[in-house]
Amino acid sequence: MTDQAYNFAYLDEATKRMIRRALLKGLAIPGYQVPFASREMPMPYGWGTGGVQVTAACLTPDDTLKVIDQGADDTTNAVSIRKFFERTAQVQTSETTAKATVIQTRHRIPEVALTEGQILVYQVPIPEPLRFLEPRESETRRMHALEEYGLMHVKLYEDIARHGAIATSYAYPVKVEGRYVMDPSPIPKFDNPKLGSNAAIQLFGAGREQRIYALPPYTDVVSLDFEDHPFDPSKADHACDLCGSEVSYLDELITDDKGSRMFVCSDTSYCTARQDEGHTGRLSPEGVAA
Amino acid sequence: MTMHDVSLDQPLFRVDGLTKRYGQRIGCADVIFDLWPGEVLGIVGESGSGKSTLLGCLAGHMQADEGKILYRGRNTLTMPEPERRVLSRTEWAFVHQNPRDGLRMGVSAGGNVGERLMAIGARNYGEIRETATDWLGRVEIAGERIDDRPRQFSGGMQQRLQIARNLVTSPRLVFMDEPTGGLDVSVQARLLDLLRGLVRDMGLSVIIVTHDLAVARLLADRLMVMKDGHVIEQGLTDQVLDDPQAAYTQLLVSSVLQV
Ligand SMILES: Nc1ncnc2c1ncn2[C@@H]1O[C@H](COP(=O)(O)OP(=O)(O)OP(=O)(O)O)[C@@H](O)[C@H]1O
Ligand SMILES: [Mg+2]
Ligand SMILES: [Zn+2]
Repeated sequence: MTDQAYNFAYLDEATKRMIRRALLKGLAIPGYQVPFASREMPMPYGWGTGGVQVTAACLTPDDTLKVIDQGADDTTNAVSIRKFFERTAQVQTSETTAKATVIQTRHRIPEVALTEGQILVYQVPIPEPLRFLEPRESETRRMHALEEYGLMHVKLYEDIARHGAIATSYAYPVKVEGRYVMDPSPIPKFDNPKLGSNAAIQLFGAGREQRIYALPPYTDVVSLDFEDHPFDPSKADHACDLCGSEVSYLDELITDDKGSRMFVCSDTSYCTARQDEGHTGRLSPEGVAA
Repeated sequence: MTMHDVSLDQPLFRVDGLTKRYGQRIGCADVIFDLWPGEVLGIVGESGSGKSTLLGCLAGHMQADEGKILYRGRNTLTMPEPERRVLSRTEWAFVHQNPRDGLRMGVSAGGNVGERLMAIGARNYGEIRETATDWLGRVEIAGERIDDRPRQFSGGMQQRLQIARNLVTSPRLVFMDEPTGGLDVSVQARLLDLLRGLVRDMGLSVIIVTHDLAVARLLADRLMVMKDGHVIEQGLTDQVLDDPQAAYTQLLVSSVLQV
């Protein structure tokens, strides 16, 4: 079979329309999980088929696509999704956040502030924030409908009781526009403050679970917490060892078998751009330092 | 404890013609009674007589087919579900026979007790914990067990934890389905004493289902005797137990005396 056997962006137009309807509904009711008829995609579920379908439904031939996985553009997952759309939609791709019109992501929100007109598509493994304490789908739906969110705080309570602090560091639950409690996908809680009042459209797709939800631009998003244990986005107490950034989210790397460590920006595109601008860090090659 | 501002000249609960069928079979039929503030009503009867069905309908866990239930003047059978769920987690409480049905087994004792507080908006961890500790004490569970899971508790402790979890928000009305069933006799006695004290101190209204007439005598002000889904006799507990009118009640009472 040749590439021409596929419709633009792989999915047929009827499917894309169905997904777009779900997306519009999601945008109309921020944080609400909209069921949709997820399609088989030519890749395993763990690869973000929900996000891929959302991206496919959003792309136009003029778009520029960026795909990130854990902050990086060059991991297997990111590369194959990018190639998939290069092949099926012939869209331009870029690793530069500012140049992209559609960004599909797993586990991160880019460091560079997004702008109006951009779309950020999240790959979501488990869309239901109440799943941890209430496995029955019928019951969690009712809890959302009736705004019965006491359980969410029970989870945070358990965290503090066991660890002395809210230990949830990924997929930290948020409340959207004072109404729906939402799972922001497994982004680090460091990224939570970027969810709210964001200029971009944020779309969330869960393939296996067949759910779509969304945050329109400039939505009010609050991370759940207690008065005496307020939400803390927490950042490693380091600067990036390559670009010197003191505000970015860092990955810790072991650099040799003696256990030497380094901290580098998880957003590689951001880090590279800063290095290109002449910024340096503790481990920048000598002679490069400004 | 503060008493609720319920006017004492109006029933808390008015039940009229309540009927629930399971297909052709009758669960309970044409049940009529009033429950007054601070009153403990016992529902007794043999297995299959409709006690749990009646309790489930009253608490809104099952939908009745006919009849009226007025709670403080509001018809709970026709009120919107959100409103009834709010009642269930504020003014009402339900103690299950099996603590596993009434507890979150994966959540610590403190989390179990704190859930209702958080459900109605408590957002201060320190205060929630303080209240939970206080309530564990009131049901005779050492405060240091606050972070243990219910699984690490004995059956009697689990039942006391379930009671604390239910009473922490000071409900007006507590439904109980065989709260002492499945426990050793000595454990039962201690739990009954505890319940009696809490009911008195908090001025609770209680509807308690039991097939154990000794439990009924100890806790209930008034009794309803059920058979085949129908209430065949009701009255003050001592009256019903010492001078039963219905032949069936006489049988029920005498069979207990033989034990
Ligand atoms: N889910 C159900 N489906 C069909 N019939 C039911 C159901 N639940 C109860 N029944 C029937 O309704 C009648 C009343 O049952 P219920 O459970 O209310 O009795 P009970 O007095 O609580 O008995 P027990 O003391 O054994 O708990 C019985 O005939 C029972 O078989
Ligand atoms: Mg029963
Ligand atoms: Zn960097």
